[in-house]
Amino acid sequence: MSTVATAHESGTHDAHGQHEELPFLRKYVFSTDHKVIGIQFLFMSLLFLLFGGLLAMAMRWQLAWPTDPTNAMPGGSLLPETMFTSGVMLPEFYNALVTMHGTIMVFFAIMPLLVGVWANYLIPLQIGAEDMAFPRLNMASFWMAVPAGLLMMASFAVVGGAANAGWTGYAPLSTSDVYSGVKLGQQLWTISLVILGFSSLIGAVNYITTVINMRAPGMTWFRLPLSTWALFITSILLLLAVPVLAGGLIMLFFDITFNTGFFNPVVGGQPLLWQHLFWFFGHPEVYILILPAMGFVSDIMANGARKPIFGYKAMVWAIIAIGFIGWIVWGHHMFMSGMNPLLGGFFMVTTMMIAVPSAIKTFNWLGTLWGGNIIFHTPNLHAIAFVALFVIGGLSGIFLAAAPVDIPLHDTYFVVAHIHYVLVGGSLFGIFGAIVFWFPKMFGRMMNEPIGKLHWLLTFVFFNLTFFPMHMLGSGGMMRRLYDPTVYPHIAQHQDTNVFITVCALLLFASQFLFMFNFFWSMFRGKKASANPWNANGLEWSAPSPPPHGNWGGRQPVVHRGPYEYSSPESDEDFLMQTAPPTGRPTPAHS
Amino acid sequence: MDRFWRLPQNISTYGGDIDSMFHIIAWITIVVFFAVELLLVWFLFRYRAREGRKATYTHGNNRMEVAWTAGTAVIVVILGVMSRGLWLDIKDPRRFPDAGLELIVTAKQFEWNVTYPGADGVLETDDDFTVRNQLRVPANTNVRMTLRSEDVIHSFYVPELRLKQDVVPGMSIPAWFEATVPGQYVIGCAELCGIGHYSMDASFYVHTAEEWTQWNAQQQTAAAGGATTNVASADATSAEPAGSPAAAAAGTSN
Amino acid sequence: MSNAASATMETGTSGFGVYNMKLGMWIFLLSEVMFFTGLIGAYIILRFAGPDQFADPGVVLNVPLTAANTFLLICSSVTMVKAFAEIEQGNQAGLKRYLVLTAIIGMMFVGVQVYEYMQLAHEGFIPLADLYAAHGRHAAEGGAVVGGPLYASTFYTMTGFHGAHVSIGVACLWFTVFKAYRGGYTKNNYGGVEIMGLYWHFVDLVWIILFTIVYLI
Repeated sequence: MSTVATAHESGTHDAHGQHEELPFLRKYVFSTDHKVIGIQFLFMSLLFLLFGGLLAMAMRWQLAWPTDPTNAMPGGSLLPETMFTSGVMLPEFYNALVTMHGTIMVFFAIMPLLVGVWANYLIPLQIGAEDMAFPRLNMASFWMAVPAGLLMMASFAVVGGAANAGWTGYAPLSTSDVYSGVKLGQQLWTISLVILGFSSLIGAVNYITTVINMRAPGMTWFRLPLSTWALFITSILLLLAVPVLAGGLIMLFFDITFNTGFFNPVVGGQPLLWQHLFWFFGHPEVYILILPAMGFVSDIMANGARKPIFGYKAMVWAIIAIGFIGWIVWGHHMFMSGMNPLLGGFFMVTTMMIAVPSAIKTFNWLGTLWGGNIIFHTPNLHAIAFVALFVIGGLSGIFLAAAPVDIPLHDTYFVVAHIHYVLVGGSLFGIFGAIVFWFPKMFGRMMNEPIGKLHWLLTFVFFNLTFFPMHMLGSGGMMRRLYDPTVYPHIAQHQDTNVFITVCALLLFASQFLFMFNFFWSMFRGKKASANPWNANGLEWSAPSPPPHGNWGGRQPVVHRGPYEYSSPESDEDFLMQTAPPTGRPTPAHS
Repeated sequence: MDRFWRLPQNISTYGGDIDSMFHIIAWITIVVFFAVELLLVWFLFRYRAREGRKATYTHGNNRMEVAWTAGTAVIVVILGVMSRGLWLDIKDPRRFPDAGLELIVTAKQFEWNVTYPGADGVLETDDDFTVRNQLRVPANTNVRMTLRSEDVIHSFYVPELRLKQDVVPGMSIPAWFEATVPGQYVIGCAELCGIGHYSMDASFYVHTAEEWTQWNAQQQTAAAGGATTNVASADATSAEPAGSPAAAAAGTSN
Repeated sequence: MSNAASATMETGTSGFGVYNMKLGMWIFLLSEVMFFTGLIGAYIILRFAGPDQFADPGVVLNVPLTAANTFLLICSSVTMVKAFAEIEQGNQAGLKRYLVLTAIIGMMFVGVQVYEYMQLAHEGFIPLADLYAAHGRHAAEGGAVVGGPLYASTFYTMTGFHGAHVSIGVACLWFTVFKAYRGGYTKNNYGGVEIMGLYWHFVDLVWIILFTIVYLI
């Protein structure tokens, strides 16, 4: 089979052997091929990741050297007067940075990096389908995400600046420019998220239908790789959570634009109603942002350990359990909101319960490594880092779940540390691992291993140096979203910690250029990849690298076993692909 | 431990219970953390790839699954049950102790206004007086606050009291505390409330009984005299009690 | 599915034997359920929190008119079922007749809703809090307060989003009619009519719930 239909805009690329040659626009831009759409999502969300990181750097600079013109942020003077004046960042701009960093990272970077990229790219390949159930709907999903992102970016340029009421957009700060000074920016924020929500929604309909209906012969539910399982449950969460957010956002938009008063207590509205709607979506969203990464890590770690995943069914049930319990824990974001304390007690118990499936997953990853023959390829290093850091993020969650302990910790940097251990230490490491692991499938070339390992090491070190001290800032009483932490004496005494964190954050950001270089360099110059460079078992590795349009060139793959038959006595090698016909040797009984 | 976590000084009656709970969770998580991470590192070292070796072919162990599921469940349920009583003691109005002093705290962008009951000891009567950006209470007295907001959501936060409560427009939210250590502290806003959120601080004084009586009497007279001084200026520094470390630090703010 | 042989009604290689389009529509409708649940939930919370913001049934809203309109929408569900039954038998003329009828009744429903909105707005039932203070029922009736602006806000948002769903449904119905006249559906290939029906019945069902909650309770 020849190599065809990759999405990078390489003119030198030879695309022969395809039955019909599509024009450039249909092939790379308005493509209905799930692989091209996945790669389009990859480029889009990596751009947003870079931009969101840049916003974080601006925030960190301000926190280390607040209102100090002698140590003005580099490039700050290039910003308009409404953001940065005579060497000092303005508080309204800082609040916009806080809001947009959160919004962009959650909705436009991590979410598409987990779901948009991999649900599109992996699901058909892992279940043995030629494409998605609704390829044109899939294309529409991507081309709705793009204008949503552009609207969000455009809000920086409008009168009053970008939304500045936090990524949670708590009403009535978000609904009145009298309070926030921002109207148009907040409206754009709302519209952008509604459009993005619709994009996610039709994506989810597509993913769910595809997994249910399009599996190859022999691909039973309990032979699905955990990546697909996680993406499937994630899609269900998206399907049911996003419309609730959309309803809330529409009411928020009406409140801003027409003064309808849903969340405005002056006319009888309820500010807490917005919080309930937002977090009813928001907590499943938190699991949307981690479950797929858990799936990737499981696939990668079994491959790295050359061993079947420990407790496959327990892993599946843990994903499903998280998917269920995730719906009844949203109130723990509102312990301090003035909600009935008895409700708080209920949400505390459910929140504690959700620690159980998370623990099951962690112990099963350890079990996977136990007795393995562990290869430290870059994807596996990222997977190991995921487990190590997810443990910290999970354990710090117990502090916050215990409502009385949450009283001093709520809305402090302890929460910031917790969410970043889960979303960066967890999700982002999972994403890096997935990109390096499936890069050869996407682009037909390997990423450079030494650079990849260096990038992993620097990211791991500087990530911990950046975010671990934030726990102590939080338990020391430093509130979130403070433009100038030196105003409060009990925070000012920890200013040296803030400076230290900023330096490490800058180094963490700088380390990502290694990844960027590796990504683009390898795309053109990397070592050519075989169909199955990691000696893995999944169906995606039985297709050529990169797979042609239709994935298996008209052949229908047939599945004979589960995805994790590493080191099986059935085979002389230490892997056994799902498509390999039975060898005739006795299959060992599964426990 | 307190140095490691940088916990602020505790000055409230229930703060000690919160800190104990914090420490219990901290020790459990530290033990679990080291157990898991050391096991991880040990496995990575012990089972690193070597030539001519095949990994153990196993799909798991149901007994172990049950063991760690049950183990985790027991720990978190115990933590939940332990936390629940303390939580309700602090937040459930039906469990509030009898108040020695009742106040109304009204937040607005970007200040805290505290209304005292005046000579009659009853709130929302004519002799109430309001002080801007100052909360003064006597030590060892149960203080019951009614928190209100005039505009957006704020959050009343005094780290030393271990007390945080959002202040929501349209709602009157009760909160209580009993401060034990006289000194000067700071109230902060913990919920993003607009451009001035970062500087929405106010002074918080815990007075000895005598100091409190004297200050209260002064304010009542001023209020009764119809003088406009009933709204004291932001950083009025009368009746400064002897400083705790926090007070010394707070003195340098603003 | 023996009769689901054509490309659009492909069942795929696994699953429950439900063809992709139908399964996709069911899944999409689940998310629609959550959307309306969010709106209705918000309405219930707001109404419980501030009962004096809302009027008793029939005081402001025209219940008889809307009851008639509800009956109309239920009729359109019946004609939709008829259309589906006709094409299952392969009866092209019957399909076209009932599809056109469904679309026309759908348009009538939207028309009555627009008329109702205009009447209500004329009487001062206005969602905008500022305008309400100046021209709302409060001012119009010389201080006799019947509900607040929040009542109007929730009313127009909920019924408006339902109306938008009906309007989108009508547009899709006309597209289905167009396709039916081009001979796009056959005895073995009626997927498009079936998923159109699913959507239409869903919108109908939502209206019955909304009518009960907003007008009758």
